[in-house]
Amino acid sequence: MELAWPDPKDTTVLGKRIVRLDGPDKATGRAKYTYDTNRPRMLWAKYTTCPHGHARVKSVDADAAQKMAGVVAVEVLAPAGAELNVAFAEVAIVAAESEEIAREAVRRIKVEFEVLPHNVVDDDPQAAGASARPGRANVQGDPDAAFKEAAAVSETEVGCSIITHCCMEPHGSAVEVAADGKSLTAWCSTQAISGKNGRFANEAGIGDASTSVAICQHMGGGFGSKFDIDTWGQWAAKLSARTKRPVKVMLERDMELALAGSRPSAFARMRVGCKEDGTVTAWESEAWGSGGTGGGVGVRELPYVFGNVPNKRTRTTPITTNTGDQRAWRAPNHPQMALLTMAAMSDCAAELGMDELEFFKKNLGYTQRAKVYEEELNLAAELIDWKKKWMPRGDQADVVRRGLGCSIHTWGGGGHDSNVQCTIHPDGAVEIACGTQDLGVGTRTALAIVAAETLGLPLEKVKVSIGDSRLPPSGGSGGSTTIGGISSAARDACVQAANALFEKVAPELGGDAKKLVAKGGKVYAADNEAKAIPWDVACRSVGAQPLVTTGKQQRALMQQGVGGAQAAEVEVDVETGIVRVLKLVAVQDCGRIIDLLTAESQVRGALIMGVCSALYEERIMDPVTGTLLNPDMEFYKLAGIADVGELVVKMMETPEHLGRGVIGLGEPPVISPMAAISNAVANAIGARVARCPMTPDRVLAALHKKKGA
Amino acid sequence: MSNRQEPAPSGFTRRSFLQGMGAGALAAGTGVLAPKIANGAPQDAAKPALCGPDPVPVTLELNGKKVTLPLEPRVTLLDALRNHLDLTGAKKVCDRATCGACTVLLDGKAVYACTVLAIEAQGRKIETVEGLAEANQGIATMQRCFVENDAQQCGFCTPGFVMACESFRRSHPKAARDEVLQGLGGNLCRCGTYHGVTQAVLDAIAGGK
Repeated sequence: MELAWPDPKDTTVLGKRIVRLDGPDKATGRAKYTYDTNRPRMLWAKYTTCPHGHARVKSVDADAAQKMAGVVAVEVLAPAGAELNVAFAEVAIVAAESEEIAREAVRRIKVEFEVLPHNVVDDDPQAAGASARPGRANVQGDPDAAFKEAAAVSETEVGCSIITHCCMEPHGSAVEVAADGKSLTAWCSTQAISGKNGRFANEAGIGDASTSVAICQHMGGGFGSKFDIDTWGQWAAKLSARTKRPVKVMLERDMELALAGSRPSAFARMRVGCKEDGTVTAWESEAWGSGGTGGGVGVRELPYVFGNVPNKRTRTTPITTNTGDQRAWRAPNHPQMALLTMAAMSDCAAELGMDELEFFKKNLGYTQRAKVYEEELNLAAELIDWKKKWMPRGDQADVVRRGLGCSIHTWGGGGHDSNVQCTIHPDGAVEIACGTQDLGVGTRTALAIVAAETLGLPLEKVKVSIGDSRLPPSGGSGGSTTIGGISSAARDACVQAANALFEKVAPELGGDAKKLVAKGGKVYAADNEAKAIPWDVACRSVGAQPLVTTGKQQRALMQQGVGGAQAAEVEVDVETGIVRVLKLVAVQDCGRIIDLLTAESQVRGALIMGVCSALYEERIMDPVTGTLLNPDMEFYKLAGIADVGELVVKMMETPEHLGRGVIGLGEPPVISPMAAISNAVANAIGARVARCPMTPDRVLAALHKKKGA
Repeated sequence: MSNRQEPAPSGFTRRSFLQGMGAGALAAGTGVLAPKIANGAPQDAAKPALCGPDPVPVTLELNGKKVTLPLEPRVTLLDALRNHLDLTGAKKVCDRATCGACTVLLDGKAVYACTVLAIEAQGRKIETVEGLAEANQGIATMQRCFVENDAQQCGFCTPGFVMACESFRRSHPKAARDEVLQGLGGNLCRCGTYHGVTQAVLDAIAGGK
């Protein structure tokens, strides 16, 4: 059997719509997440936190907490003199017999602070003062001359707030040091389980990686924020070692939203110049934003995707803020850069009086994959009925106005290092083992699909084990690299196993192992299907011990670099400022598809996440106290089931795309929705809403500004 | 949230609790316990009595079986289920009655278990996501429809969504798509599974595939 993926036309399960294997466990509540860990004698740990954006600890009095019945351990993490530079930073941790006692105890810890100056302003470099550190201007070509010669020049101001990951399962771990004090088990909600055992052992000071186990069977969302064990995991380990009891530390929602990861904000003032035919000739951008205490900004380079515009001047100013630090947020920086770029391009098209879609297509020469984008933009236009529905900006006088917008994006993908073990037992049972994790994207199911397809078996015949540090190591789930790594390694392991089995069974089937195939639960020579041996019978030839192979990630089976186009249709009420998404279309390529159903689900999910950042969610900081004003899910708003409109997903399944090898899908589809929705709103009301989320007040402000202009 | 109602009084209401707080100032620290109240018997609001703060015996009618366990009166139904009875299907996410991940049924109505005290739930039929599965040979129609429509990704919001959907289906046996969207506004998902959830409810209403 060859390593190469089978022809898409010949597959039984690979690339089909396969329901996820752990679906029944999740839907019935049987699936156990880290938060669900209950161990005998387990302690609950909670934090006392800092209410100020920036402060120095003057004193910590933990006596009352220490004396409480049921409190087992109190640790002061920020003693007198410690400087804390973000609200909700940890001051002390309490481990207690119950969650209620732990909660009460942290409230009894008295902390005095010296409040220090803070800055939480990320949207105005002037107001941010010394916290803003202007970067150097980058100039290419001759932007000044190009603007002078341009037939149309547009000006755009747009941006997006800091948002958080807001995982449904908060960050956290449960750690249990064994009675002998030499080994431990850690349950951890993580995007990278391989190697975590050693990290916990190290923090606990108990044994080492060889005597420790880390487990993550199911996890409630990560989106880029759950790679490390974090100080929360460290304290679960330390407290378990000190108390000799299992300890669970799961963040409360306020700490989760304040500290456990965020996406940097990005704002920009931009000018775009173009020729009469819509060809962009000049780009100028002044961008700023913040990713927290370390500065950072959600912009790497502009313009996004249309990178080869010949004349450009760009500058980026990171602003340091007393806000919880950024972490990789699904397609880091890309959604922000897409918003800025697509908005500026769309405004230039409007300035010229050209259809935005045609304008984008006119400039695809500046991108890395013009042909793919053209194909995908055309499909997106067709699926949203662009030709029939599109109207120039400002043509509507009704109270409720409709608009269309579009955007394109790109992402790398590729596959991370992975090891997959395939075991064929003498009774025909098949086991696949890999130290990967399933964030909810269907990783477990993908492994089963590859094995079942390769060995010609029904899915039920394959038992998959993941989410355990004892399994063959696999990389962290970041950058859309998991599916490439694990699927190619699984294919490698299973092809090796099939070939080893074929060698053993060949004497019974004509003698030539190279001619043998495994299909439909049987093994036979390709030219003599009539003389087939059932799988279970063929496996007896394995002998007394199971046949075990280990596969590694295979470059020949995976690829990187995708496109993707999206279109949005919205309705805006110009009296209330309320925006409603009517329809979103996503056209996405990702090379060879392993499971069409979970792939489509992931793209739909990305569209919904995009609706959240376009219309609802943002971290709101109080400039006076420097604290987070919406550390809960009532005011940190996510879209509900009625808020997302009709979602249409079209995966590119042409032979060209499917022939490219497997490419990750986690990031790309989440990049464009905010940009497409912003453009659709601009198209509807004839004005650019300056900031996402486009809350009613911001929509009304844009209308007011337009009226005044 | 047309399918969501405040739980009916079960002998221990927020009002009587608050009234009790007034008397509590006098009786503070005495740990006065009225077993009748703890067991959910009706009481006279004019004579508020106290229970707790120490654990009191609480009897819950859980998935058709009565369970009695000692609980501090401040323990929520969600924490009782998750931390004391190891029924971890209902999830703790917002802990503030916003997201619906902790949804269970009380006398058939969907409630946020994070905002119901365990002692309030006495004398009422509690149905959890695990119980729904058990009562239907391991997986109920609604749960099967969730699986078939891939109405779950990370799955952390799923058990709560399943229970909210099941409550909605029972009270709206002929609901159309618009009503489904209206009726399920009390649950949030971060991965973005609403498309599948909507279809799952419609399929379940149609009797499952």
